[in-house]
Amino acid sequence: MEEPDTEPPLVVVPGADPSARQLCFAWGPAEVLVCETRFGRADAGEGAPGSSRVFVVRRDQDIYIQTLRKLFNESHGIFMGLQRSEEELAGKSRKAQLVQVSKNYRSVIRACMEDMHQAAVSTRDPALQGQYSTQVSILSAMELIWNLCEILFVEAAAAGLLLLRLLDWVRLHVCDVDSMVREVLSSENPSKHKLFWNVVDVFVLQGRMDEARHLLSKEVTANPTSMNMYKILDDLMKKMPMPSLGNTQTLTELELKWQHWHEECQRFLQDGTFASNPHMESICKILVGDEDAILEKKELMTTWYHFLVTRLLYSHPTVKPMELRFYAQSSMDLFLGGESSPEPLDMILMAAFEFEMHQVIKECSIVLSNWWFVAHLTDLLDHCKLLQSHNLYFGSNMREFLLLEYASGLFSHHSLWQLGVDYFDHCPEFGRVYLELHIERIPLNTEQKALKVLRICEQRQMHEQVRSICKIMAMKALRNNRLGSALSWSIRAKDAAFATLISDRFLKDYCERGCFSDLDLIDNLGPSMLLSDRLTFLGKYREFHRLYGEKRFPEAARLLLTLMTAHIAPCSFWMTLLTDALPLLEQKEIIFSAEQTYELMRCLEDLTAGNVDKQKFQEDDVETTKVEMLRLALARNLARVIVKEGTVEGS
Amino acid sequence: MFVARSIAADHRDLIHDVSFDFHGRRMATCSSDQSVKVWDKSENGDWHCTASWKTHSGSVWRVTWAHPEFGQVLVSCSFDRTAAVWEEIVGESNDKLRGQSHWVKRTTLVDSRTSVTDVKFAPKHMGLMLATCSADGVVRIYEAPDVMNLSQWSLQHEISCKLSCSCISWNPSSSRAHSPMIAVGSDDNSPNILAKVQIYEYNENTRKYAKAEALMTVTDPVHDIAFAPNLGRSFHILAVATKDVRIFTLKPLRKELTSSGGLTKFEIHIVAQFDNHNSQVWRVSWNITGTVLASSGDDGCVRLWKANYMDNWKCTGILKGNGSPVNGSSQQGIFNASLGSANTSLQNSLNGSSASRKQS
Repeated sequence: MEEPDTEPPLVVVPGADPSARQLCFAWGPAEVLVCETRFGRADAGEGAPGSSRVFVVRRDQDIYIQTLRKLFNESHGIFMGLQRSEEELAGKSRKAQLVQVSKNYRSVIRACMEDMHQAAVSTRDPALQGQYSTQVSILSAMELIWNLCEILFVEAAAAGLLLLRLLDWVRLHVCDVDSMVREVLSSENPSKHKLFWNVVDVFVLQGRMDEARHLLSKEVTANPTSMNMYKILDDLMKKMPMPSLGNTQTLTELELKWQHWHEECQRFLQDGTFASNPHMESICKILVGDEDAILEKKELMTTWYHFLVTRLLYSHPTVKPMELRFYAQSSMDLFLGGESSPEPLDMILMAAFEFEMHQVIKECSIVLSNWWFVAHLTDLLDHCKLLQSHNLYFGSNMREFLLLEYASGLFSHHSLWQLGVDYFDHCPEFGRVYLELHIERIPLNTEQKALKVLRICEQRQMHEQVRSICKIMAMKALRNNRLGSALSWSIRAKDAAFATLISDRFLKDYCERGCFSDLDLIDNLGPSMLLSDRLTFLGKYREFHRLYGEKRFPEAARLLLTLMTAHIAPCSFWMTLLTDALPLLEQKEIIFSAEQTYELMRCLEDLTAGNVDKQKFQEDDVETTKVEMLRLALARNLARVIVKEGTVEGS
Repeated sequence: MFVARSIAADHRDLIHDVSFDFHGRRMATCSSDQSVKVWDKSENGDWHCTASWKTHSGSVWRVTWAHPEFGQVLVSCSFDRTAAVWEEIVGESNDKLRGQSHWVKRTTLVDSRTSVTDVKFAPKHMGLMLATCSADGVVRIYEAPDVMNLSQWSLQHEISCKLSCSCISWNPSSSRAHSPMIAVGSDDNSPNILAKVQIYEYNENTRKYAKAEALMTVTDPVHDIAFAPNLGRSFHILAVATKDVRIFTLKPLRKELTSSGGLTKFEIHIVAQFDNHNSQVWRVSWNITGTVLASSGDDGCVRLWKANYMDNWKCTGILKGNGSPVNGSSQQGIFNASLGSANTSLQNSLNGSSASRKQS
């Protein structure tokens, strides 16, 4: 299959002068930064005049248009439903299910079109109006293509039903004649309207026999001389055999009936029955499928695919799907007549009639500026097991490729990225790694957003991303001196080193100010306290303060001692802890037992024995005084407690 | 559709580099006016300059951001033979109101004897580490062992490349299967057929970087080089900016357990070569998923390259200035790429009233 060789799109950056400057650039998540420079200057700069500008080039403008967001949101729901749908259903019920999905997508497109149309009508800004109108046309084209794909690929309408579906399709989408029809029907005397016969022709061309007959009856009432001709024509139109939905006749039966009817029409034509009324004659010619007669009504059909369907209706109503391609090509050639060349939309529809699914997708990818359409359509076709049946090894890769492109585009939007997550989830090969790369880059402006992102990562066991995001948040909090926030983030990141660092800061703050900040957090650490030794110490130390505050002195004392003996407290903090013990030692009531007091003394000696500390203690008066006070208090306590423990309690 | 908006950078001389931070909400520019400017993006999408200061005593060639896990950190390199590490200090509330922030120099790396041409941070899983390369042909790798103390950096490795270096790129792969790897490009101009791209790999046994490969087919001066982000591939992709754009794949072959201690051998293929710029190509850079490569050249254009699902590379877009003078500092224009005009024709087809159809 040939890749269409198209010129790459050119984006003009206003003001950048290619003759004087080159461009250096940087990638961003949603933008490309481009700035003028001049490469290849190895020296210190010649002071070139500063046309120093940076250009911000942004793509995927579509995302920012309000109404398309609804399309993205609603189609996301349909997509998810499809992924989760019952695969066990087989045959007819599965097909019916898939057709329903297709119809849902189309109704979402139509709803979006409606909204856009409303927006276009209600705005006063001409530029905006133009933009909305363009979008309406594009959506309309998308629905046209999708509808055809639904008929040919998803429903895979067989001969008979195929024609009915195509007729519906044409009636739905060729709307240019609607206003004319309305005008004639609503006029006082329709048969006198100058466009009367045009409208009759429209009905005939679209196979709307009842409506055509109804109008004709008005004409003959006004013009009784043509009564005979009318009766015959009316009868022919009434008897015209059409495929039926009810399966009441086989194709062969239909074909036979139709042959008969066709011959009858021929006879009347050849007999010159309608010779005196050119309008009726041309209608009869259409009924026998006279190509020239049909082509004469080009203006009323407006498109070659309308012409195609009309041709089929009147020359081969039992057309089989695989026969469409021949009729399609010749219809387009006849209709365009060498005067104009096919447009991109024509080529896409042609590819569909030729059942070249991949060609359809490829052409749509090129023509449409965002991936929404091709991604969802391809996914649906993949679920219909159509891409694989074409025996192309990259069948499933194409679906994933397109979904990845579409979802990646969503990530540049501040809220639509959440939809993108689900799409990545359903890309088995690369979805996860794409999600990992994209989710890390989401700007974490607020805590809520960070938590939302984190939840998504945690649900998918993306541990590295969780750690990284928490670390980034912790770092940000730390830089802004929000220690509590920093601590909770590093706990969530399970980052022991960082937790230690922040605990140190807390402790330092305490030493300087004599009180803790973020008490709530520290009080409720729970098992996460065990993340790092320093954090454990912080938690336990705070607990000590609490116990002391609640006057539960023996417990407090025990805890204090444990902090030192179990080496939970860093050596640097021992002095503070011992100082904290002072008020306990000087209580009226004896709190520390003899053994505990011995322990305390040992701790003090350990502390002052270390060489480095010794120097410090000798030089620093305050420290020396403290040590002395401690020794005194410990000795006094020891004395009291020995006496107490030695005393036999009186009974 | 594309929207291009311009910001007056107010540098007094040429801008040499522009760099986005990790989240795309801040950018830094550096210039021959010896200064670096930092810009922040506001909620409504406008860019404001929040810092501007003199960083070197010569043209500043490159500026790049560290991963936000390390805080708000920038590194710049200059013609003045130094590279400098900068950290943002959260300022007084007054500054915050005025929308200004302060950056302080944490360290200056002065080991180079010549202009430092490129500086890049290593992937974050390697810690806080960066590499510089200089015109004297030496690549230096520095590490800050304590990420909370940015003033302590130690020179861990000096790699002598024997040719004047213009650019470096770290392999971003954090897979355990891949040792740390750095590609070095040379813009050496003297007539020889020496390979201008060298790949160095860290050897766990010798604890040193050793040359693993040289791309023998690249003999013209190389201006920029970039490893693509790794999407779980077993092989690496490297883009080279030289007289054209080249994309190479490097597939690691089984590590030989020889006495040389496990240096990986690579199977090298060139998967794309584009001379559309028709001139020297100066910059190459990958988007975050490594699916689109951008290149810019002497022709004043930026071109975008993408592989389709069959791994065929094609140009998917061109950014080009139109040379028109700009009035005012900020201007918004909506430009339809030819995609846009195709949309119009789609619209016309639908109405059946295309200009190209003649009415009979």
